[in-house]
Amino acid sequence: MLEDLFSATVLIGILASGIRLATPYLYASIGETLGQRSGVLNLGVEGIMLMGAFSGFYAVFRTGNVWLGLLSAIIVGGLMGLATAFINVTLQAEQGISGIGIFLFGLGMSDLLFQKLISNVATVSGFPAVPIPVLSDIPVIGEIFFDHNILVYGAYLLALVAWFILNKTTLGLSIQAVGENPEAADTLGVSITVVRYFTVTLGGVLSGIAGASLSIALLNVFQQNLTNGIGFIAVALVYFGGWRPLWVLAGSLLFSMINSLQIWVQVIGIPIPSDIAVMLPYILTIVVLVLSAGRVRAPSALTKPYERAG
Amino acid sequence: MRKLLVLLSVLLVAIVLSACGGGGAGGGTQEGPFKVAVVMPSAINDLAFSQSMYDALIKIQNEMGKENFEIAYSDNLFVVDDAASAIRDYASQGFDLIIAHGSQYGASLQGIAPDFPETSFAWGTAGDTMGLPNVFAYEAYSQEGGYVNGVMAAALSESNVLGVVGPVEVGDAKLYVDGFIAGAKATKPDIQVNVNYIGSFSDVALASEAAQTHAEAGADSLTGTAQMVVGAIGVAQERGIPWFGTQANQTSLAPTVVVACQVYDWTVLLDQMIELIKDGTYGGQAYVVTLENEGLLIEFNDAYDLPAEVKTLGEQAIQGIKDGSIKVDVAQ
Repeated sequence: MLEDLFSATVLIGILASGIRLATPYLYASIGETLGQRSGVLNLGVEGIMLMGAFSGFYAVFRTGNVWLGLLSAIIVGGLMGLATAFINVTLQAEQGISGIGIFLFGLGMSDLLFQKLISNVATVSGFPAVPIPVLSDIPVIGEIFFDHNILVYGAYLLALVAWFILNKTTLGLSIQAVGENPEAADTLGVSITVVRYFTVTLGGVLSGIAGASLSIALLNVFQQNLTNGIGFIAVALVYFGGWRPLWVLAGSLLFSMINSLQIWVQVIGIPIPSDIAVMLPYILTIVVLVLSAGRVRAPSALTKPYERAG
Repeated sequence: MRKLLVLLSVLLVAIVLSACGGGGAGGGTQEGPFKVAVVMPSAINDLAFSQSMYDALIKIQNEMGKENFEIAYSDNLFVVDDAASAIRDYASQGFDLIIAHGSQYGASLQGIAPDFPETSFAWGTAGDTMGLPNVFAYEAYSQEGGYVNGVMAAALSESNVLGVVGPVEVGDAKLYVDGFIAGAKATKPDIQVNVNYIGSFSDVALASEAAQTHAEAGADSLTGTAQMVVGAIGVAQERGIPWFGTQANQTSLAPTVVVACQVYDWTVLLDQMIELIKDGTYGGQAYVVTLENEGLLIEFNDAYDLPAEVKTLGEQAIQGIKDGSIKVDVAQ
């Protein structure tokens, strides 16, 4: 049994499926990273994902056009992000609580719309797999990395772009300044409000895409509460990755790889109780989180609304 | 203060919206139409457990007429506490029969039913009425259809590997899966049935990934049970792998690969309950749907080109279970 785990089929399977599984986590957690680096905690990611998943699915269901689906997920996600920014930045709500409100709103609203507009579980044809020429022909590597749909590639590219923006551009420095020391940033003429609106809205857009990556690329189906907690895990992954995009990427991958490992462990019949197997990814996340605690400091102004003194 | 108000209003809107999912009728007396309320853990359109009950009620309503048979439902009550309040609310509104459609609602019902001795409750899937005179119990021998599906899946298989996606290793799901394995092994003793319990009734993404994994491990027929299998059916459709369904007819999700589905038709036992209630008996009986009493049906997908000899094997298995020559032995 155990030696089956180390066969080529199984190892390739674990890696390829881990790469795929990480996609929604990546979009959501990278978006959340940008928001938190500017000082705004958005716990409503899950709700925004659900709205993105539904609107993307609905557009494809009606028109058959996957790009329209992606666009509508982006727009709806962006609007939800904008609303989140309004509540947290302008109205200065308690961020830990307002996010739960956003989540419940998205959960209820996406289900209501689903019941009223579609009413039955249905499937669509979503983004097809796009093997990358030449690269996908490389044995083993090609199958693992270069035979996915376009949203999967996009997720990994996004992590790199986010790293670049945060560390190598003026915009990134402004985001960091606003999250670390808003008073100083304000004195230097950086608008706290504009930066935070920007990051939180962008986070909404990315959460919308995260939802769509499920409903119109990986699963091609919508169901009530489709995301099933992915948005909350994504928030945890931001802490896990110490607010650094590449570490968040690593965390998402690790979590997903363990998840695909546990699926394989059951499929090839290694006698571990299924209840234990499904707990593995979560146990591991907690362990790593505990071990890494205190290693990196959170942005100083995280969850603190900014009010100009005087 | 302003912050608090904003917060409260956001929460309020959210709660109102999340409560809008269900529908319902209310109020009334013993006179007039027969009134049924049902409380379910997932959505009425889940193409699985909850939908099977909703469809049965709609079927009865179509037979009896809307004016004689009223239905109210609350779906998506996965949280047992919420379901318990809904059950109590319906009871106090004078419904004739309140169906607690989920094994997990049993303990709550035990507390509620004695408070409403003139109201009838039905609880399933469950094997006994907890000794309460106004509770009916109902369950499905889903292992029977599992067996039939297993027989056909094994007969179809060339790779000698089958894949199963289950939720949690208990109850109805376990019965179906064990029945499927028994049927497959009875047909081809050396066949390998890979089983994956994903630990959730709602994680569509994980169900999908489990199906992908089965396919990569060589499975050339797939099955699964509970509402999250829509993810797995999507994979079957995409990769062109035959799918065997249960709980509801899932053909609409994957018209080209669904071979056959075990469908629960609860009307068989609901009809009997309704008759008893009208005569003044409010409970005390346990019912089972089986292939034999046609509360379980195997519905074939005509669009799937199933070899005649495989279909014959399936039909023989159905017949064998009905007349008792085949015993589906699974640990209850």
